[in-house]
Amino acid sequence: MRKLTYAQAINEAQAIALTRDSSVFLIGEGVPDAKGIFGTTVGLADKFPGRVLDMPVAENGMTGICVGAAISGMRPIIVHARMDFTLMAFDAIANTAAKWFFMFGQQQSVPIVIRMIVGRGWGPGPQHAQSLQALYSHIPGLKVVMPTVPSDAKGLFLSAIADNNPVIFIEHRWLHGLTGDVPNGYYTVPIGTARIAQKGNDVTIVGASHMTIEAIRAAKALMGEGIHAEVVDLRSVRPLDRETILRSVKKTHRLIVADTGWKSFGIGAEIVAMVAESGIRLAAPPLRIALPDLPTPTSSALAASYYPTSVDIFRSGLVLVGKKQSFVDRATARYSSAVTGTPGYAADQPDPTFLGPF
Amino acid sequence: MKIDKTLFYQTLRIRMVEEAIAREYPKQEMRCPTHLCIGQEAIAAGVCAALAKEDVVFSTHRSHGHYLAKGGNLPAMIAELYGKATGCSGGIGGSMHLIDLKANFLGAAPIVASTISVAVGVAFARKMQNKPGIVVAFFGDAAVEEGTAHEVMNFAVLKRLPVLFVCENNLYSTVTHLRDRQPRRPIADFARGHGMKALTIDGQDVRQVFARAKKFVDTVRSGTGPMFLECLTYRYREHCGPNEDGPALRPAAELMRWKRNDPVVGMTRFFKEKDLDAMREKIGKEIRDAFTFARQSPFPVVNMRDDHLVYKESRP
Repeated sequence: MRKLTYAQAINEAQAIALTRDSSVFLIGEGVPDAKGIFGTTVGLADKFPGRVLDMPVAENGMTGICVGAAISGMRPIIVHARMDFTLMAFDAIANTAAKWFFMFGQQQSVPIVIRMIVGRGWGPGPQHAQSLQALYSHIPGLKVVMPTVPSDAKGLFLSAIADNNPVIFIEHRWLHGLTGDVPNGYYTVPIGTARIAQKGNDVTIVGASHMTIEAIRAAKALMGEGIHAEVVDLRSVRPLDRETILRSVKKTHRLIVADTGWKSFGIGAEIVAMVAESGIRLAAPPLRIALPDLPTPTSSALAASYYPTSVDIFRSGLVLVGKKQSFVDRATARYSSAVTGTPGYAADQPDPTFLGPF
Repeated sequence: MKIDKTLFYQTLRIRMVEEAIAREYPKQEMRCPTHLCIGQEAIAAGVCAALAKEDVVFSTHRSHGHYLAKGGNLPAMIAELYGKATGCSGGIGGSMHLIDLKANFLGAAPIVASTISVAVGVAFARKMQNKPGIVVAFFGDAAVEEGTAHEVMNFAVLKRLPVLFVCENNLYSTVTHLRDRQPRRPIADFARGHGMKALTIDGQDVRQVFARAKKFVDTVRSGTGPMFLECLTYRYREHCGPNEDGPALRPAAELMRWKRNDPVVGMTRFFKEKDLDAMREKIGKEIRDAFTFARQSPFPVVNMRDDHLVYKESRP
């Protein structure tokens, strides 16, 4: 199988959607320009003239327009280079798109994909780095996906565009450069299904988007301590794949949720509550790894302490299996210096080759 | 004269339906917020008479007149107000969420200005699909205070979309007067600023509304882009509910003044008493039948925990 980056996988998925269905169109600020939304739309305007469009800086109105197009038989994809901008469109998304099918008695559905990119690195700061999946997942009528690996990005995108409902498609900026095997041609990954990224029996780590990458790193390090973590890559937030999460927790009796969003009222809270309600007895209190309840700082020095990493997940894994505090501290310090001591490591870059655009 | 009778009949019909709702509303069987358009009927009747079946209408919380004038099913509307399964939205929407796909009345919703963008989107789709038909977005004077109205007017002009924007300026948002919300300048100037032709007209004279709307509709249909009609009008009843506001909320003299230019009464002089009685009787029967249908219809029986109420099934 050939390898593609996450951005290439999304680009290819959109090209397939545009080819298969002439009612699909792609619109967003900067979509047809040379940089093409971090490469995800590069070349598409030439291949699909008239269906790959730029738009005025008018997120709310343009989202409403996409709803109107969607109830008229079109299948719009609307892209926002930063998730923060979508708050301008929250009315059209939550009040209009999410409600349309319900409020008119199931007569007209709104097949629309809203791509939202979560920024990070080199200082996007308070208004260019928000990860608002919990906000969107709270709204009945929306589906919310956040794939981690390139093959899922393509497969989930093709499910999203085939879906008859509004789908929020969240891409973490640090994933765009990630490379992985991607099957050729058309295939789908069903919305509402999580993926076991790594098998294990000792502790369940549910990861969302980029935090799944951190979870896999932590799981590898935990292996060195004789702890076998199972990593569940959430992929879809709404609907939530309760069965896969519960099956894993039933086996491990230990739960960590690692999210790219804030801790309070976040998807970690939802997953922990869901597990608590299931009645599964946990061997230790569950832990949530998430952003502190503060807006994102810009300075790279502050970003290092703001964003949780595999080190925090590693530490949580040790705590959950009941390691002594002194052991936890020593092992974490050792792992932490191994991570930060990696040549080219920086807290505000996914890897040294990533030089923007941020 | 024939078109005048049709125009008057529709105006009278909307008035009589709204008055029947107002009469029945205190019985508390219609248990949803209901915004009556009594006083504003001529705009719906006049504009919709200028439209073809294939043309599309969107509306707001005050939508009964637009729904009826566009050919929406009356019994289904009344049943919707009663929350019945036979309602135009299956009883789920109520008065604020009317729809009639067959009549191309594609939806009314109460978030101010929210359906204007959807209307423009339908026009955008039709243009991309090379489908005929124009789209009318009805909205009130407060809607132009919302950003989205301007966002989509800008886009409609940019893409030369077949949209007729119809602003029903009834001077009030709930009971807040226009002068407390907007500086002194014609609302139609907004549209001109966006590069559209716009006109301000007397919304109480259905013949004038029809004549102006017809010209605008024909021009929009020719593909030259969107246009804007501001219709000056007045709401007789309270913002929401069957009663009048009373002098504590709006000046009584103002209501009296507008009633002297009433869209229904003003036209009765063109008809013989005998013809008027015949029209009233015919409409009265239609209304009685609609209410009987609504009352006799069953309530919806749906599982409120079923995802299928919110999500349409998808087969990739």
